[in-house]
Amino acid sequence: MDIQSWTLLFVGLSFLLYIGIAVATRVGSTKGFYVAGQGVPAIANGMATAADWMSAASFISMAGLISFMGYTGGVYLMGWTGGYVLLALLLAPYLRKFGKYTVPDFVGDRYYSDVARLVAVFCAIFVSFTYVAGQMRGVGVVFSRFLEVDITSGVLIGVGIVFFYAVLGGMKGITWTQVAQYCVLIVAFLIPAIGISWQLTGDAIPQLGFGGTVVEGEHAGKTVLHLIDELHRELGFPEYTAAFVEGKKSMIDVFAITLALMAGTAGLPHVIIRFYTVSNARAARWSAFWALLFIGTLYTTAPAVAVFARVNLIETVHQTPYGEAPPWFRDWEDAGLIAWVDKNEDGRIDYRPGDAFSGSPSFVNEPSGEPVRGELGQRRLDNELTAGPNELYVDRDIMVLANPEIARLPAWVVALVAAGGLAAALSTAAGLLLVISSAVAHDLGKRILMPDMSEKRELFVARAAAALAVIVAGYLGINPPGFVAQVVAFAFGLAASSFFPVIVLGIFSRRVTKEAGIAGMCTGILFTAVYILYFKFLNPSMNTAEHWLWGISPEGIGVVGMVLNFMVMGVVSKFTAPPPQEVQDALMAIRSPLVERLEGADDPPPDH
Amino acid sequence: MNEDDQLRYWRANLRLVGALLGVWFLVSYGAGILFVEQLNEVYLLGFPLGFWFAQQGSIYVFIGLILVYCVVMDRIEARFRGGND
Repeated sequence: MDIQSWTLLFVGLSFLLYIGIAVATRVGSTKGFYVAGQGVPAIANGMATAADWMSAASFISMAGLISFMGYTGGVYLMGWTGGYVLLALLLAPYLRKFGKYTVPDFVGDRYYSDVARLVAVFCAIFVSFTYVAGQMRGVGVVFSRFLEVDITSGVLIGVGIVFFYAVLGGMKGITWTQVAQYCVLIVAFLIPAIGISWQLTGDAIPQLGFGGTVVEGEHAGKTVLHLIDELHRELGFPEYTAAFVEGKKSMIDVFAITLALMAGTAGLPHVIIRFYTVSNARAARWSAFWALLFIGTLYTTAPAVAVFARVNLIETVHQTPYGEAPPWFRDWEDAGLIAWVDKNEDGRIDYRPGDAFSGSPSFVNEPSGEPVRGELGQRRLDNELTAGPNELYVDRDIMVLANPEIARLPAWVVALVAAGGLAAALSTAAGLLLVISSAVAHDLGKRILMPDMSEKRELFVARAAAALAVIVAGYLGINPPGFVAQVVAFAFGLAASSFFPVIVLGIFSRRVTKEAGIAGMCTGILFTAVYILYFKFLNPSMNTAEHWLWGISPEGIGVVGMVLNFMVMGVVSKFTAPPPQEVQDALMAIRSPLVERLEGADDPPPDH
Repeated sequence: MNEDDQLRYWRANLRLVGALLGVWFLVSYGAGILFVEQLNEVYLLGFPLGFWFAQQGSIYVFIGLILVYCVVMDRIEARFRGGND
């Protein structure tokens, strides 16, 4: 069987599983739709959170990005896991004790204001749509490469599946499909990683193979990390393991990006909302632990995959005559994600630092749509060539998907990776769509516009909002803005600068006032959004370290937005009237271990 | 439960959170970023140490921190609820 048939088989089977779960878990109440009836066991919630969390960016793009960034790729590894420590220690248990359904719900009640609620609704929808666009693009990449359908039909198939289980099953359907999707994606990520680790280092555990020694070929006996540093020196790249050398990010930027990603992780509404689905604060804490354990399994494997992929890429491609390039090279070239220009006309692929040409590849096609090819069969481009010696363009998004092929693993492994990539993208998309749906139906509809709406009607509105959000997400997938990880990185800056400070201070201080909350959120998100828009879209030529504020790139600027938010809240609280007594009482209640026990009437009286 | 107990419970929670966040900061921002270059001079089991903290070690420690938090909080809550601890 070839890769395509295997892919059809795995993807088809996994989709059937998701549909089966959706039918089995359909819901009839708003509590079921928003928070899965609050009866999800901690370990299942941990798994669902892990799938919810690990998106197309984590699965498809992250190892690829690390592969090209070396040490600096650690910002994603630390940033996207360290946030769970903040979640577990500072947010999740208290939010669960406070006992609402959504993040805007907490913000609206804690800051006793519908304006605050409205700002939170706006932030939640904005952050979620930014993030969902990246997922749909991931779905498109997988479909176009492995099933050879065009991106549009690929996205439509994905949209159809999510539509089915999100609209029908709400949070309950999403939770149990996410549990299944975690299993699919982790198996799909680990099997090729183990295969490649075994092949290269003779150690089946990638985390150990990462520090192991190469077993075969001319480099046998060297450790993998020594070898990659050596290859990088030979080709003129900065050393892989070196930290803040020329050509890599500065210390302050690495610090800022890591912190922005951590605070952003803890402030993302689709992650927080998962902690409302368990029965009490204790279960919320334990699900944070399970979630990070499940996430850590992939996140400690990814940097090993990154370095193996880097070694294999350099060894199989650099100085190889184009005619002898392995089949995956041409497949990805046909998919438009690899490009080669023979600058020195020696027929060999030269891989060096710097861009081979300016911009992303623009391939020349015949009027019939057939690609125009050079004498060796390579696709022709009309980009302006750069002066540097590098002849190769490799899209960072392909490293995980191409990795099993580069390492010559069997076809079914390659197909499994495709199914895993889809599971990662679809599970995250569904979680985001539910945030949008609950923000519209519950926070905007029930709490602000139509407080006397019946539960049946609210459920209908929630389903309609979910359906509409799926369609918008599909549109964004077909007309994608930029590449996956880059788009997703913005969502973190925005979440770090808006939600994180408002929720943390809202829990730990009884003194912050509604005026402070509103002013803080607006300041944080406006500052961050303007900075990002300016450097990324309005004036991209200025997007270099010497023009940045204190050398902090747009990816890390959420930290400054966050600090501004905290400061504005502190100052405004000093000059405004303290929160009303019932809010202060509610905050005292979440500082007590008795809160949930009081819900059960048969509490034994404390005996000391 | 009287107000005194509630205050003691909350302080115990804050002390624990503070200590764990201290470790959180030390392994990621300390070992993984601020002192990565000094630590990279040390090789351990095939890894430059700072690089290992940035790409492996900090994640293991994070998982351990949440585990400690869950276990200790369970004990603290059992004590203040008058469990058999």
